[in-house]
Amino acid sequence: MSFENYDWSDVVPIEQDDGPDPLAQIAYDPEYSKAMGYFRALAQKNEHSERALTLTEKIIEHNPAHYTIWHYRQQILFSLNKDLYEELDFIRNQVEQNPKNYQLWHHRQVIVEKLKDCSLESSFTEEVLNDDSKNYHAWTYRQWVIRTFNLWDNELSFVEKLLEKDIRNNSAWNQRYFAIFYNPTKPSEEFLEQEVQYGITKIKLAPNNISPWNYVKGVIAKSKLKIDVLEELCKTLYQQGIISPHALGCLVDIYEDRAKCGSINEKELGIQTCILLAEQHDTIRQKYWNYRKHVLTSIA
Amino acid sequence: MINFYHALAGFSGVSFMASTEKTERPSELFIDLHVKYIQSLDTKKDDLEYWLTEHLRLSGVYWGLTALDLMNNVDALNKEEVVKYVVSCQHDNGGFGGHIGHDPHLLYTHYAVLILQIEDSLDAVNVEKIVEYVASRQDRQTGAFTGDEWGEIDTRFSYSAISCLSLLKRLDAIDVKKATEFIMLCKNFDGGFGSTPGAESHAAQIFCCVGALAIVNSLHLVDADLLGWWLCERQLKNGGLNGRPEKLEDVCYSWWVLSALSILGRVHWINKEKLTDFILTAQVSFTHLFMIGNFHLKALLLTA
Repeated sequence: MSFENYDWSDVVPIEQDDGPDPLAQIAYDPEYSKAMGYFRALAQKNEHSERALTLTEKIIEHNPAHYTIWHYRQQILFSLNKDLYEELDFIRNQVEQNPKNYQLWHHRQVIVEKLKDCSLESSFTEEVLNDDSKNYHAWTYRQWVIRTFNLWDNELSFVEKLLEKDIRNNSAWNQRYFAIFYNPTKPSEEFLEQEVQYGITKIKLAPNNISPWNYVKGVIAKSKLKIDVLEELCKTLYQQGIISPHALGCLVDIYEDRAKCGSINEKELGIQTCILLAEQHDTIRQKYWNYRKHVLTSIA
Repeated sequence: MINFYHALAGFSGVSFMASTEKTERPSELFIDLHVKYIQSLDTKKDDLEYWLTEHLRLSGVYWGLTALDLMNNVDALNKEEVVKYVVSCQHDNGGFGGHIGHDPHLLYTHYAVLILQIEDSLDAVNVEKIVEYVASRQDRQTGAFTGDEWGEIDTRFSYSAISCLSLLKRLDAIDVKKATEFIMLCKNFDGGFGSTPGAESHAAQIFCCVGALAIVNSLHLVDADLLGWWLCERQLKNGGLNGRPEKLEDVCYSWWVLSALSILGRVHWINKEKLTDFILTAQVSFTHLFMIGNFHLKALLLTA
């Protein structure tokens, strides 16, 4: 039922008062103005009713980022003891139009917290990520669900699915790290070594894709391995004529490590690689590579 | 020189992405057009619903005002009216809403203080109440900040709270150590920061975290070389910046990325000429509305 079908005869709408010389006034849609007029009147007397609930729906339709309306809606839902599973449906319908709206996602969190039921959340976030696999809100909400309800078990296979669709999905790589390292069950050293190999396989598929490089380095940092476990990969790529600034950059990291341990030969190799990057293969970041060269040069 | 109406039409487009359509690249920033654009928002005929939707009008005023300030034109908006408007957004609990009659929220409380600072009018409000409100947003166990009583947590709110209290010289009102701890929980394997622990590194969240850490003198906790590299890696071949790996470039990231790099002392790692080219070209295409007026100006000034 539309909000207009309710009896509003007892309500005096309160018009928007922006003062005599309003700053940056807006010409509103008349339906929205009407709904807002009623809202101001109802909010003043803190009315929690069906007509108020329907009103919030109309306003959200026009302006989903109107956070005060979402608060009001929550209050009404709880005081009228409404079916919160219906509300989850409502949110699901809204998310299609407004997938990146902060209020909508937090509203869902508030409802799920109240329900203490996460059974629909995995498929809900999966649906949203099917439309936009990098939706930041969907990912952080999904992480909240996993942490709050301990749903760690299937996350790696979910990430796997997404990486298969798009190996360059940085959000999925981040989620992989989350699923392993934020998991209360800590990974074994063996598992981490497998993950490094996994990363290397994916790097080979798209050597210029930075995400698996960052991921693998992150895993190495948490393991007993050292970064030179990637040396063979980097050199092989170069020998195959595949120029990846990430591979060359990784070599710089390896050479720098060894230079710090006293290797003069590696110090020189590192400097040469920085020059190669600055002047040929990653010229837009010339100043960064010149800095790395300077750091190497300064190693005693 | 591009026709005035063409430029204004470009700014008025209700669009969400910076476009780098092939268009004649202007050699300058049309300062006077930007000033006129911001002033033109103060008329009833304007219908820039997306830019100044009611719930974030306060933010809109800040972005307009700070852009004018950068162009040495703060007086283009009437000071008395601005202050009166900001005051009318304050609630009894000290917090400010995004507009008159909107619930208090940390984001808008921060914007209010920023505006009043620019207008040198902090004496127009109850500052102690603001401090109380901001402090009440901190979860003393985790150090995190909620945006409002409904409990959303995000490092954006950590930044808003810390920046706001710093401007009011009242950082003593919160547990800075705990606030810092929470921010550091949001540091990722790639050196970046996300909105909550485990969340993907994102340029805007990085700006918030780095900014907050800088204010509380804890920048030493950041791996500046690693993060600096992550940030300069945002620059694409066309000179524009994105917010995360393998995402599209947008003018707004000029602000998030450059200011974070600037705080880290590594803004020169971005190729200035290529970025300038990108921004000036975006000036005459459809863009993020209120962001273009401020972000790109700040970005250009940072690279100047």
